[in-house]
Amino acid sequence: MNLEEIKSQIEANVPGCSLEILPNGSPSGQHSLLVDKEHALTVASFLRDGASPRFDYCSNVTGVDWPLKEISTKQKTKKLVDGVEKDVEEVIKTTTGNYLEVVYHLFSLEDRQGPLVLRMRTEDRAERVHLPSLTPVWRSADFQEREVYDLFGVLFDGHPDLRRLLMWDSFTDFPMRKDYVDPDDYEYEPTAHDEVLKRTQAHYAAQGEPSEAEGAR
Amino acid sequence: MSVLTEASIDTISKPANDHLHGDLLEISMGPHHPSTHGVFRMNIVLDGERVVKLKPVFGYLHRNHEKIAENETYLGSMPYTDRLDYICSITNNWAYALAVEQLAGISVPERAEYLRVITGELTRLQNHAGLIGFLLQDMGASGTPLMYAFREREKVLDLFEALTGARMMCNYMRFGGCRCDLPDGWMEQARKVVDGFPRFLDEFERLLRTNEILMARTQGVGIVTRQQAIAAGISGPMARASGVNYDLRKVDKYSIYDRFSFRVPLGEHGDVYDRYMMRLLEMRESIEILKQAMRDLPAGPIVDPNTKLRNFRPKAGEAYGRIEAPKGELGFYLISEGGPNPYRYRVRPPSLINLTLLEEMCLGQNVSDIVIILGSVDIVLGEVDR
Amino acid sequence: MDEQLKNELRRQGVVATTLQELYNWGRKSSIWPLNFGLACCAIEMIATTMARYDLARFGAEVFRPSPRQADLMIVAGTVTKKMAPQVVRLYNQMAEPKYVISMGACAISGGPFKQGYNVLKGIDRYIPVDVYIPGCPPRPEALLDAFLMLQRKIDEQQLTGPDRPRHLQAELPSEFTVPECSEHDLTPTRNDAIWQVPLVNISNAGKNESGRD
Repeated sequence: MNLEEIKSQIEANVPGCSLEILPNGSPSGQHSLLVDKEHALTVASFLRDGASPRFDYCSNVTGVDWPLKEISTKQKTKKLVDGVEKDVEEVIKTTTGNYLEVVYHLFSLEDRQGPLVLRMRTEDRAERVHLPSLTPVWRSADFQEREVYDLFGVLFDGHPDLRRLLMWDSFTDFPMRKDYVDPDDYEYEPTAHDEVLKRTQAHYAAQGEPSEAEGAR
Repeated sequence: MSVLTEASIDTISKPANDHLHGDLLEISMGPHHPSTHGVFRMNIVLDGERVVKLKPVFGYLHRNHEKIAENETYLGSMPYTDRLDYICSITNNWAYALAVEQLAGISVPERAEYLRVITGELTRLQNHAGLIGFLLQDMGASGTPLMYAFREREKVLDLFEALTGARMMCNYMRFGGCRCDLPDGWMEQARKVVDGFPRFLDEFERLLRTNEILMARTQGVGIVTRQQAIAAGISGPMARASGVNYDLRKVDKYSIYDRFSFRVPLGEHGDVYDRYMMRLLEMRESIEILKQAMRDLPAGPIVDPNTKLRNFRPKAGEAYGRIEAPKGELGFYLISEGGPNPYRYRVRPPSLINLTLLEEMCLGQNVSDIVIILGSVDIVLGEVDR
Repeated sequence: MDEQLKNELRRQGVVATTLQELYNWGRKSSIWPLNFGLACCAIEMIATTMARYDLARFGAEVFRPSPRQADLMIVAGTVTKKMAPQVVRLYNQMAEPKYVISMGACAISGGPFKQGYNVLKGIDRYIPVDVYIPGCPPRPEALLDAFLMLQRKIDEQQLTGPDRPRHLQAELPSEFTVPECSEHDLTPTRNDAIWQVPLVNISNAGKNESGRD
């Protein structure tokens, strides 16, 4: 199975769609295909019914949170400083992320091929978090898309029954996002982890509760 | 953002002007119910005894495995995987180890692969034995079949305990191999258990395979067609009961499964009876694999000496690794950013996805059938909710 | 009555006892547990009732599916925040006298999942617990040990006096507040009447010494 081939197959059959191959640096070699959300449903139907091999089995659906991240790279450039050309180090700041991503792992049962990794991205992480639901194409995405909505907050348009899956209905946070802060219900625990200790001390400071063993025997 | 809630019972159309029909009855089955195999809940709407709507409610055992794993080192998540599908800890370890090995490009020595197959198939034996016991218990055969099944399960757990130190939470695999080698006398004991297992299966089948009540309760109940199963991503014995010839041990040929000769049993009807028989037949094939693996077990190292246990940081990238766990396709999806812990850690839970068709299977059936349909799916809540 | 005299009488075929002993003996020999499992520990609980470990030897094999008929609740597994209201409600529905065994690390404190956003950090925040069993999961023998411990505890109950158990003191509550799932967490996050934040010295915690003074 060649990802380039599949990409050209889709491009030939779904006019107007924009696809991008995202390389994967790991030895697993599972590169993925980024699909634009306007054509995602058509691309998915084509992959299930028309492509060769036919990807009739959608195994895994999950979300990934990519918060806004600033990457600064140092670059040496030549610049004129006071009329003299000098090597100057310039820090170039670029930003990546600021979107939620949904990943689909597709397999072909007939030809026993896969995985084909399909990705979609939202426009940002706050308001424009709508993506088309692929549940009409692969029924197996039903619960998994609900889980992505529950834990990441991606709204799937066209999902037959989009509700929280794991947390209770009145819960308002999206706990799998990287910036989620869980409720402060920490107490002392005898774990020699600095992080735990810091959280415990912050908890006592916030609660105004005694941290010294005043009453303990 | 508005709160999305379940559709009300009023949306169900009732037969108009039919005075023989009473009102629809809405009941909540679970999360505390002796036959839901844990804290599983279903909101059911009944017309008399007949199911007209069924919505599963999850999350009562959602213990944040994925979030914890993303703040934990790669190796630190291994004991947590034990507690996913807590009946089959070793196959969970295996799936996770396989995904990390794909992510970091680690090879596994031959002896370790054989040990993985042996312990993995023993896990399958005890899972299926336990499952048919629970299923028959749900059907009303109270006590006896479950006791027989647990008697066999205890023998396998003894082997696990001798090998890993724990009955249930084995924490046996490491990236690039296994944690410890076989203790003295383990193989002889294991051979005894494996050789004695067919006797239990024969006994069980003689007792129940052609039992009239069992057949009346299970045949034609909870049918899943082949097309439905594929569309809904059903995997494992449940998919094969519907005639989907997809066993990852044959398809992916992961580990060393291409070296063993075994058959993949397939069902025709996709009903509860087929799913029940599938477990019995799979156990016989597992015994065949076990005999071959125990015969061929080579000497050698049990872990790849080049693998780093401390300060393990795979380079940036991602991998999806999957195995044929006793309940279906268990996959792990990992994204590494080059750090000591995974950026994204996802478990593809077969138990959850096999429940996709629960409503379709139960519609039109009686309340008592819901219990056995659910039992035949084989779920473990630790994996459904994670 | 003098212990020696009692033994002497018993040898002669005369059994002398007190009402309290008889009452406690009856209670401790027929503890019916609630058929209630939450997670991994429930599998070990089932294993305890099966042929090899045979909980029936201690009069506790009758697992009741309804809380109205049960004496003992074995909280076997992780209590999540979503499940906590149901656990408390089940406890409230049990008739007095009722006992609770907190089985496994999760039910005691959240255990390995303590960091989880949906995990309750110990069921004793909402209901009183009689016996704690550490372990992840505890072995069946540990559960048997907890049973024996509970039996000893019942055996030592005083029917009269200020130390008598809760179910014999009309003014003490037998039902406890059921928490509600709210927007971020449970409300209330604990029942202050039965659970207080442990007073510990955290200034030297994590320095290889005991954190507790």
